[in-house]
Amino acid sequence: MDGIHDLGGREGFGPVTREADEPTFHERWEAAVFAMMFAATRAGATGNADRFRHAIERIDPRAYLDHGYYGRWLGGIETLLVEAGLLDRAALDARARERGAGADDLVAARPAPVPDRPAPPGDESSRRPLAAPARFEVGDPVRTTRHGHSGHTRLPAYARGCRGTVTAVHGGWVYPDENAHRGGGPARALYTVAFAARELFGPDADPAAEVRLDLFEPYLEAP
Amino acid sequence: MSDHDHRHDPSEPAIRAEALEALLVEQGLLDPSTVDEVIARYAERVGPLNGARAVARAWVDPAYRERLLADGTAAAAELGITGGPGGQMEKLVVVENTEAVHNVVVCTLCSCYPWAMLGLPPRWYKDPAYRSRIVREPRAVLAEFGLTLDPATSVRVWDSSAEIRYLVLPQRPAGSDDLDEAALAALVDREAMIGVARVPAPASTP
Repeated sequence: MDGIHDLGGREGFGPVTREADEPTFHERWEAAVFAMMFAATRAGATGNADRFRHAIERIDPRAYLDHGYYGRWLGGIETLLVEAGLLDRAALDARARERGAGADDLVAARPAPVPDRPAPPGDESSRRPLAAPARFEVGDPVRTTRHGHSGHTRLPAYARGCRGTVTAVHGGWVYPDENAHRGGGPARALYTVAFAARELFGPDADPAAEVRLDLFEPYLEAP
Repeated sequence: MSDHDHRHDPSEPAIRAEALEALLVEQGLLDPSTVDEVIARYAERVGPLNGARAVARAWVDPAYRERLLADGTAAAAELGITGGPGGQMEKLVVVENTEAVHNVVVCTLCSCYPWAMLGLPPRWYKDPAYRSRIVREPRAVLAEFGLTLDPATSVRVWDSSAEIRYLVLPQRPAGSDDLDEAALAALVDREAMIGVARVPAPASTP
């Protein structure tokens, strides 16, 4: 989806801000969000990692930028718990107000009226055998598809419709674009593709820079 | 700002997280002690030391270096480092910095990171500024980190868009010939293994 999460190549965010001696968690609630993600998974709300990522992509875009990494996770967890029927949104809102939340506070969660509910994966591995040989080989020129789609995908917007070269073939993997929504689906070949920075960002880009992306076969066509 | 008694108001996500935590505990879906376990596991047990051990071994053992670059997952397992649940280590690819090519890692769509090698990522790695800019103007971003590359060095940015995780094998610093493996590992920090810093030369002994 063309969501706020698809940040590669966007301009205007300013310098990278670093923190000396940064703690793993800045506040206890960040670790609580981590623990709640595990709890939501145990309760069967997450479905699979691709669906969890897509839940984060669907949160309020202002919250995505304002609430930080663990705030984004929180929005995704709330979304999935509501969609699983394990959380009453009104009860959570009321509890937050009791704790000092304001009427105008951003609510990140964006549960869908008819949510996708893929079954959780049967194992930890995302690798799967391919039904047919991979279409491309190392060294092949490829072009990425021009358009994305409104679901979860791993083709960033900045690399759409661009020419690159296959530098590695990684065999068959679960296809996130299907797994996030329906679960499973046939394995797809995964490739690493190298793109010249100028192909991605135009003639002003660094002539001696390239970006390498891991891309699934449906994103690629012969140039 | 001066110190005073006024506590910073809890942020919007902090309030909602605490509200959700209370509800999940009441519903029996969350054991509150797991929060302390998370803090202990990720703040204390998992950190960049695993990655530093692999880098130091590669510097002292050419055969290990070859194995690390050929199959990062298997070479990490030789050191007892495996992903485990949530370890983000289904496939680890290690890429080597040289005078000719400098590698740097990002995840523009999310914040994918080799947790089992480096622990949890720093905040800057997850923030929009790094994720948006490193693919578009890597040399400028690296310079902000204090890493000025030779113009003849090409830059290779790895945007980890699938389940493969990337770790940079940095260049061994000058003046480190006399150091043993443990001392070398102590020089290697996570920034060098993400690719936004060089490994510093060891402090000279008095």
